[in-house]
Amino acid sequence: MSEGLAGSGEPEDHRQIVRDSLGVGLATGTYGISFGAVSVASGLDVAQTCVLSLLMFTGASQFALVGVLASGGAPLSGALTALLLGTRNTLYGLRLAPLLVWTGRRRLAAAHLLIDESTAMSVTRTTTPGARTGFLTTGLSIFVLWNLFTLVGAVAGTAIGDPRTYGLDAAVGAAFLALLWPRLRERRNLLVGLLAAMVALGMVPVTAAGVPVLVAGGVALLVGALGRWEVRR
Amino acid sequence: MTWLAILAAGVGCYLLKLAGLSVPSRVLERPVVARVADLIPVALLAALIAIQVFTRGPDLVLDARAAALAVAVGLLLVRAPFLVVVFGAAAAAALLRLL
Repeated sequence: MSEGLAGSGEPEDHRQIVRDSLGVGLATGTYGISFGAVSVASGLDVAQTCVLSLLMFTGASQFALVGVLASGGAPLSGALTALLLGTRNTLYGLRLAPLLVWTGRRRLAAAHLLIDESTAMSVTRTTTPGARTGFLTTGLSIFVLWNLFTLVGAVAGTAIGDPRTYGLDAAVGAAFLALLWPRLRERRNLLVGLLAAMVALGMVPVTAAGVPVLVAGGVALLVGALGRWEVRR
Repeated sequence: MTWLAILAAGVGCYLLKLAGLSVPSRVLERPVVARVADLIPVALLAALIAIQVFTRGPDLVLDARAAALAVAVGLLLVRAPFLVVVFGAAAAAALLRLL
């Protein structure tokens, strides 16, 4: 795939993009193993875990859905939380659409690969062929590895018995924190995060599981509505 | 119900991605929409961390998971890769429970 696209632009430039993208793909795809393990630890079976990775294919939403279920939340709350987190992919799409300029069936297929990493590896390119190479190399390598390692993690997670013995219940919080970490360098995000965490914890004793996370989403709504800054694009 | 949630949320997440590639960009260019959309992942992930680490059922608790989160913070501060952070935190919780 990468060789076919390399012909449509600067060859050296594209080899570099492919190399960088494969590096990101490898690093990201392999952590599907932690999703697989965490998901079965949360009570999903292997088939449900694998369908999540194949069909949803956006890490934070997948972790969120199993996280809500693990804390005893209703499946509907889990699904809503996953969808809310998935809205950021819509924003990525808005930024990438004029750069990738795919239409019809190609756009339908490309949409499935639209995630944090494929966006990061394509949004900074100056040409359409360069952006497409970064997007496809990153997206496809992650898709293959993420699903492969999800299966490995889920099967291993099922085989090892009580996940708490291995601290896998603690792995979920660490995974979320690692996903959130790059955003916390901005003071505004750090404050919103702390506020959302406190709101969620405050709601836990008085609401059904899953609800606190959705209520905490209201912090984003409130701060975003009252704020006056411009979001960088 | 779990299967329904998985399928519905999975299809929904795909449609959200497709919408981004298909919708004229001016629709979400209103500043207030952009700000809210930018903050939603931050608020949700922070809330999920708090729930995952500090609660059991309807109770607020402080246990090995809190120590594991502290280990994760340490690992992130030294720029450890994702897998090291996740399994490092798991190992910390497992070790604490052995003691």
